[in-house]
Amino acid sequence: MRELIFYLLIIGAGTGGELCVSRAMKAVGEVKAFRPTALLGVAARALRVSWMWVGLALMGTAFFALLAVLSLENVSLVVPVTALSYAAGALGGKFFLGEQVSRRRWMGVLLVCVGVAFVIMGRR
Amino acid sequence: MNSTAGPHFKTYLLILLMVIFGPLGNVLLGKGMKQIGPVNIRAAEALDLLSRVLTSGTIWLGIASLITFFVAYMLVLSWADYSYVQPASSVAYGMVALLAHFVLREVVTPMRWMGIVIICLGVVVVGQTPPRTTEPT
Repeated sequence: MRELIFYLLIIGAGTGGELCVSRAMKAVGEVKAFRPTALLGVAARALRVSWMWVGLALMGTAFFALLAVLSLENVSLVVPVTALSYAAGALGGKFFLGEQVSRRRWMGVLLVCVGVAFVIMGRR
Repeated sequence: MNSTAGPHFKTYLLILLMVIFGPLGNVLLGKGMKQIGPVNIRAAEALDLLSRVLTSGTIWLGIASLITFFVAYMLVLSWADYSYVQPASSVAYGMVALLAHFVLREVVTPMRWMGIVIICLGVVVVGQTPPRTTEPT
């Protein structure tokens, strides 16, 4: 039960965080210059977008949930299960960012889910 | 080195760094957290737990490793396609299992290996779809 909560936080908060950061970076605009000073400017602009702060907070939560679950479970179980974030990402991309998720991408997501099921069933 | 070897070499090198340091980071975090012991969700223990996490050398090595991974990822994405990098980096799931097996002595059952291979295939299929479907605003 405890593990389930942590996994939900890793996948939910992690993907939610990435979606918020992605949304913030789209508001900042495409990064074209990669000089250190230009990148600092991009970082400064990004930190003025409130979605960025929401995203960072969510990603931090996901990181601590990952640490917690790693104290309880094997790495060879935890990391593959976090691949479920591809499914959460496809759903979030569709409903939160308005992206069009192709049938092929759903197929890939389905494969990832089947793989995760095998990994979970592959307990000793 | 000719003009086309440069970017290819750079891309392979950074993907190699990602595939090594991402899994290594997770394995180190796993090792560090196993040393700390099972985590409970109790507010009273939170500070004590946080201090034990933040004073663990293994955890910091893991964090450094994940930062290396993240920097390599961001750098390679600045010139290579996401749809190229993402499937290439799915090898990391296999690498995690190998490291877990050989470094942490975890038992990885054949069924679990099969699941990992299927996950990698799924990530490759996801990566073959167009990386951008929304119009730039």
